[in-house]
Amino acid sequence: MTESLIHVLRSDEKDNAEPAFVSFAVPHENDMTLLAALLWIQDNLDGTLAVRYSCRGAVCGSCAMVINGDIGLACRAHMRDLPVEVFVEPLPNLPIHKDLVVDMTRFWDSWARVRPYLIRLDEAPEKETLQTPAQRDRIEQFINCMLCACCYSACPLQRRNPEYMGPAALAALARFENDSRDRRGGDSLKEASHDSGIWGCRAVFRCIDACPRSVRPADGIAQLRTRALKDLLGRKKR
Amino acid sequence: MVLLVGIYYPEGYMETWDAVIVGGGLAGLRAAIALRGLKVAVLSRVHPLRSHSVAAQGGINAALKNMPEGADDSVEKHTYDTVKGSDFLADQIAAATLCEQAPRTVYEMEHWGTPFSRLDDGRIAQRPFGGTAVPRTCYAADRTGHHLLQTLYAQVRKYDIAVFEEFVVLRLVQADGRVHGVVGIDLAAGSIVEFAARSVLFATGGYGRVFRDSTNALINTGSGIAIAYRAGVPIKDLEFVQFHPTTLFGTNILITEGARGEGGHLKNAAGERFMSEYAPKLMELAPRDIVARAITTEINAGRGLPGGYVQLDLRHLGHDRIHEHLPGIWEIANDFAHVDACETALPVLPGQHYSMGGIDVDIEGHSAVRGFFACGECACISVHGANRLGGNSLLETLVFGRLTGQAMSRFLAERHQDIDYAAVAGAKAQVIDGIDQLAGGTLNAAMIRDRMRDILSDDVGIFREEKSLISARDRIRQLAEDALQVKTDSSALRLNGGLVTALELPMMLDLAMIICEGALARTESRGSHFRTDYPSRDDQRWLQHTVATFGADGPRLEYHDVDLSRYEPKEREY
Repeated sequence: MTESLIHVLRSDEKDNAEPAFVSFAVPHENDMTLLAALLWIQDNLDGTLAVRYSCRGAVCGSCAMVINGDIGLACRAHMRDLPVEVFVEPLPNLPIHKDLVVDMTRFWDSWARVRPYLIRLDEAPEKETLQTPAQRDRIEQFINCMLCACCYSACPLQRRNPEYMGPAALAALARFENDSRDRRGGDSLKEASHDSGIWGCRAVFRCIDACPRSVRPADGIAQLRTRALKDLLGRKKR
Repeated sequence: MVLLVGIYYPEGYMETWDAVIVGGGLAGLRAAIALRGLKVAVLSRVHPLRSHSVAAQGGINAALKNMPEGADDSVEKHTYDTVKGSDFLADQIAAATLCEQAPRTVYEMEHWGTPFSRLDDGRIAQRPFGGTAVPRTCYAADRTGHHLLQTLYAQVRKYDIAVFEEFVVLRLVQADGRVHGVVGIDLAAGSIVEFAARSVLFATGGYGRVFRDSTNALINTGSGIAIAYRAGVPIKDLEFVQFHPTTLFGTNILITEGARGEGGHLKNAAGERFMSEYAPKLMELAPRDIVARAITTEINAGRGLPGGYVQLDLRHLGHDRIHEHLPGIWEIANDFAHVDACETALPVLPGQHYSMGGIDVDIEGHSAVRGFFACGECACISVHGANRLGGNSLLETLVFGRLTGQAMSRFLAERHQDIDYAAVAGAKAQVIDGIDQLAGGTLNAAMIRDRMRDILSDDVGIFREEKSLISARDRIRQLAEDALQVKTDSSALRLNGGLVTALELPMMLDLAMIICEGALARTESRGSHFRTDYPSRDDQRWLQHTVATFGADGPRLEYHDVDLSRYEPKEREY
């Protein structure tokens, strides 16, 4: 049995107090995750500690936060791999509701704005739309995004410009632009072709480092830019 | 929400909804899409994309006949496999509906954008799954739930359907045999909110977290089933609990049946493929109840590895196949067992996985309470009977999400449902009282919850017998009394996880009690329910659904006939 000291940056938008670290001693053994430790605090020390969670297996994207300065999923961080003192903070670039729970409305709205669904002009076929494995490979890395907002929070351009659509939404746009079944034409791309869209990225690549799913949003943004330029120059698309 | 300047709302005015859907997973969202155009709200305790549907891995069954080995597959075969897999407790017309609707359901999701894995000719790829000899399971790598859920949620955003996120429903308002709405906590706002509604749908998922060793998301407390039970809705077949054969040793995170569908082998400590002793024909791809019992038998007989697990060996599949078809499994093994699946066999053991039973509904989702519907894992039609086949649960969410949504739409068109607003207001007052009462308690809710979990996993698990079931029931009854003395650190409503734990504890104990009583009463072994003291199936006495209704001294059990209109029950052989 070891004991870690977890310092949680706590605050509540409903009162005006400055965020402050509150420390909790958590005993652990057998490979406890940070999420399990936070829920242990909630169960045993302070029931009001606010933290999002669901799957506890790194597939749902609920528990993204700042862990000793790095952005990641709490359920994927193991106490035995962390130092004895762990500092935990809510995701940056989003307003804080309470403690580790941030208001993600802006993030979701940005994602929804790129129309993250298949757009087809003809009637759907009776069976499946054909798509070869090679065609599917072009969207493979983007479809694994679980919308945890790690990239959104890691992006320095996002910090500078809250209107910036952000890496996840633009990766979603790249996913549908690259989908052989999609017929959205250039409209969605045009709608994102501005300084708070595909031209807002400065290729700092923090999004790539922050992604727990090995998605490379910056690759998608680069592809979208190339396509936007080609469209602009009137060259044949795709 | 309509707020017009100048209109005066009298005190106690309640906005009225045509349909309130509780649950933002696949079943709830699919129903919402079927109900679009009406005044419909989805209430979800997490953001919809965090629902447990996201964790489904292996795939969704449909007799598409895309694979050469599946060229003679059919809806009929899918139906029979489902009924046989259920150990003949499934209602056969319901199972047939599930399978008939499967191909169009998969095509619909494909048309909406789900990135299914493909064959070279561009058609949807299919893999073999348990309980059948043909490759019938459509998949998107091993993240099928993630892809289906994102596809549906995007449709919900497209149609601008109202979603209330992080809303924990605590009460179903029922009066005079009719539904009138729900009451719950809006966590971010920190307030108790009522929804007056002409119809209510529960799509709240399973109760896996009533057990200690479960693959389920932590949010799967089963609260929806318990809330319906307390509102007088009958609950069916709750003793049938699926234990998935392969969960990761230590954390019980799911390792998909697709890993065996792709060709993975189960081995004991001696390196033997022990399934040859239990299911010589289908081996690792026998139905889950059989494989889970086989693994537990090996471990109990001392043929497991130190600590109590067996090995799931994928190494012979090779690096490329593992990374292409099972990338999520590779990651989970790496993140949570610190094992490279290409180099080392995975340590696995069975764990609670799925709730076959649930809110008693018919094929259109109607319950005994008029205007109250249920679909998905929280419901029991029953299409899965005593044991669900892998790949049939995603299918159930989408098929019956749509059919139930359509049935609600007809229900709303056909009859005018008067709402008893006083009953809604009364329920809200009771919820507030219940929270106030927690201030006077002394006991820790999480501790009681954890004891309950130990009892269910240890004594109401894969192998059951009378003595330990009686002891389990008695201890659960004691915990239910203790639960009346629970305290909370704060009765603040805003994002107060401790309060939610305390409020859900009695609900979980209700379900634990129904499971124990149903398991104790059923003196036979069928599908997932195995009694070591009654090891055979007894069709004479027990080819019946258990139906539990709330009673002051505990659940009252009755038994209802199974629909056997298509197939004669036979002994299962695999």
